[in-house]
Amino acid sequence: MNTESESKIRPEMAKQLPSERRYNFSEVALGYNRGEAVAEAKRCLDCKKPLCIEGCPVGVDIPLFIRQIAEEDFDAAARTLKSTNSLPAICGRVCPQETQCEAVCILGKKKDSDPIAIGGLERFVADYEMKKGVMIPEILESTGRSVAVVGAGPAGLTAAAELAKMGHAVTIFESLHSAGGVLVYGIPEFRLPKAIVAAEVDFIRKLGVDICLNSVIGKIDTVDELLEEYDAVFLGTGAGLPLFLGIDGENLNGVYSANEFLTRVNLMKAYLFPEFDTPIKKGSRTIVVGGGNVAMDAARCAIRLGSEEVTIVYRRGEDELPARAEEVVNAKEEGVRFRLLTNPIRILGDENNWVTGMECINMELCEPDESGRCRPVALSGTEHNIPADIAIIAIGTSPNPLVPMTTPGLETARYGTIVADETGATSKPGVFAGGDIVTGSATVISAMGAGKVAARAIDEYLGRV
Amino acid sequence: MSFTILKKHELVPTVYLMGIAAPRVAKKAMPGQFVILRIDEHGERIPLTIADFDAQTGTITLIFQKIGKTTRQLASLAAGGSIADVAGPLGKPSVIEKFGTVICVGGGVGIAPIFPIARALKSAGNRVISIIGARSADILFWEDRMNEASSELHITTDDGTKGHHGFVTEVVQNLLEHGGHSGQIDRVIAIGPPVMMRAVASVTKPFGVKTVVSLNPIMVDGTGMCGACRVLVGGETKFACVDGPEFDAHEVDYTLLMSRLAMYLPEEKEALEPYEH
Ligand SMILES: Cc1cc2nc3c(=O)[nH]c(=O)nc-3n(C[C@H](O)[C@H](O)[C@H](O)COP(=O)(O)OP(=O)(O)OC[C@H]3O[C@@H](n4cnc5c(N)ncnc54)[C@H](O)[C@@H]3O)c2cc1C
Ligand SMILES: Cc1cc2nc3c(=O)[nH]c(=O)nc-3n(C[C@H](O)[C@H](O)[C@H](O)COP(=O)(O)OP(=O)(O)OC[C@H]3O[C@@H](n4cnc5c(N)ncnc54)[C@H](O)[C@@H]3O)c2cc1C
Ligand code: SF4
Ligand code: FES
Repeated sequence: MNTESESKIRPEMAKQLPSERRYNFSEVALGYNRGEAVAEAKRCLDCKKPLCIEGCPVGVDIPLFIRQIAEEDFDAAARTLKSTNSLPAICGRVCPQETQCEAVCILGKKKDSDPIAIGGLERFVADYEMKKGVMIPEILESTGRSVAVVGAGPAGLTAAAELAKMGHAVTIFESLHSAGGVLVYGIPEFRLPKAIVAAEVDFIRKLGVDICLNSVIGKIDTVDELLEEYDAVFLGTGAGLPLFLGIDGENLNGVYSANEFLTRVNLMKAYLFPEFDTPIKKGSRTIVVGGGNVAMDAARCAIRLGSEEVTIVYRRGEDELPARAEEVVNAKEEGVRFRLLTNPIRILGDENNWVTGMECINMELCEPDESGRCRPVALSGTEHNIPADIAIIAIGTSPNPLVPMTTPGLETARYGTIVADETGATSKPGVFAGGDIVTGSATVISAMGAGKVAARAIDEYLGRV
Repeated sequence: MSFTILKKHELVPTVYLMGIAAPRVAKKAMPGQFVILRIDEHGERIPLTIADFDAQTGTITLIFQKIGKTTRQLASLAAGGSIADVAGPLGKPSVIEKFGTVICVGGGVGIAPIFPIARALKSAGNRVISIIGARSADILFWEDRMNEASSELHITTDDGTKGHHGFVTEVVQNLLEHGGHSGQIDRVIAIGPPVMMRAVASVTKPFGVKTVVSLNPIMVDGTGMCGACRVLVGGETKFACVDGPEFDAHEVDYTLLMSRLAMYLPEEKEALEPYEH
């Protein structure tokens, strides 16, 4: 196939123009068309020892599905993808491929050559299948065993899908009114349309998985109670607890955690207020504190809500921004300003308890320490005020303690994560865990990988007991 | 899966009682806990206290005041209708122990959440002195149920149309000074508008009586995930949905609570406009 490929460059994916997209919540990246996908697929070398597969936490047979695209057998490509990845339309959109499969693609190692656009191709196939009508894979005969999955984020959904395919009866308990975890409450519509999440969740229902929404485990049932009814339990409750800075003024009106801001906008559709009932404050000047994907998402939502000035305040420099480079570019294109090497000291308010600004201080990066990371230090005398009427704190999250607190015998680690071995087994027999609740905030695909590994371990456990 | 409305009626003007089939919630509910409901796909998530629950019949009772868009829409629903989402029971249950003599104060719709607490305290062997108050006699409800749940019941109305003419705080003060019929007051629980709870707290403070209030900040998820519900208690930020809703009345920053409750006033007015004729 490689003989046909002349181009070393991947086709650029069409995007909505910044001047347009900053006024709407529609998807920014538009996906490859058939011609682009097939041409890109033909660039793949179909390596004998494909490193890309090793770069994928769920082990998608990447060269195979790419070959099937090149042969224009998209149905076969979809089957290949779905056999290892239950959420391809989601992964094709939000996975950081540039640090995973694409990072190790052999083509990317060649001079002046792009790695194969594996994410773009994955999205193409998943969207093709979704349009055509989703195929349901084979499900093994019922084993008579049952598993309760707590949390309908990527970890829980993946574990549930895998277990269902093995023939176990699976029930997911999700505390919110909608399944998807961060995919529905955190990641905005313009990066991941909620209809796509709903369609992939629907696929998991079609595998026979029962999803009980509005079910907060630890309240409506404890894990011990679930163990009375089910043969095993998988915990995929994520790292949903917002962290605050602990500085003055954080309880002023107009200060949001990124979680609250994003939940109002995405899950509750506050951008469509008053058509949808949940309100959100649309400030004229918004400050977002933090430099990760969550901060970018919050800033880009604020732009779309009509905030005239949106500024990211981050205490390290451009190179240290933990967000995906692509999202930083998108944010800049949409008009988000960056005040790097800047740290908030306190949030300023008026007599009515409303935010008026943020006092910040300039920072300097010192020499890297043993861990290799430069610690930012404050430069005294550089205190200054940035005016704002909305402040969004996007400095990270920690695991929700609700389940650990109500589950005797479940060991947790320092920051409240659940301790699990490489198979997902916890200190409590019959209880497995994976995703952000074990690792702390990570990625969609690593959570899915953990769900998949745990499903295998649960299957083995069920065979034993 | 949605939740069927089994009954609904107007208790007193602007205050409604709704019975909902929610067997799993009813089985676990305890006094002091609440649910978060969302009426339909377009709805907001709002918290309402579980005013009563019956594990046998699988029902929960909510009592709400019609004040904005969501409670107005809720009031327009009828038995046989349904609510898309009901999540609960949420929040920490009320501490029910044998304290001795406990004063339970319910102001306005606060009578609804105080009822299951008073009932549980009484069956735990406490002498329960309840005080229920409202602006006027015509909007006072559940006098009969509160009577049953209490050892002694006092009524106050702001306009003097029933019971003591004045505020609940005056009765609390009087009881603390004279100790009711039995002497010592061991604990006070007050639920109602923030101004009332603040007033009760300042009355009990000089007597050094442990006082508990149930806070009602704006909430979204109700599981500790967003921080919308943050309140300041003893100088520390707490999430009312998971750390509360009940807190030490003498430690709460009521000014902050009230200013945060007013955060969306312009938006709430806007949401209500289509409903006003
Ligand atoms: C704004 C934002 C943007 C992100 N962008 C990206 C991105 O572009 N790419 C990427 O790879 N990663 C991204 N991430 C990270 C990624 O979303 C997470 O790592 C991933 O979702 C973790 O999956 P999970 O299944 O472990 O947990 P979650 O997705 O957090 O799901 C946990 C679920 O469990 C439920 N739950 C919690 N407690 C209970 C309980 N007691 N009972 C019942 N249910 C419960 C929660 O409601 C939730 O639905 C982003 C994260 C955020 C916040
Ligand atoms: C733990 C808890 C228990 C509660 N129990 C009861 C109860 O048993 N009966 C009852 O009548 N009310 C109760 N409330 C208050 C009730 O939630 C609000 O009255 C309701 O949300 C108003 O919604 P609305 O759309 O009708 O009015 P809106 O016009 O939206 O708001 C009116 C006022 O209600 C408050 N409010 C608005 N949205 C929310 C929200 N999402 N969460 C909390 N408060 C909000 C604000 O102060 C606002 O100014 C409780 C609140 C909490 C936090
Ligand atoms: S490493 Fe790159 S070129 Fe090789 S098989 Fe994987 S995608 Fe194709
Ligand atoms: S309501 Fe979201 S944390 Fe309490």
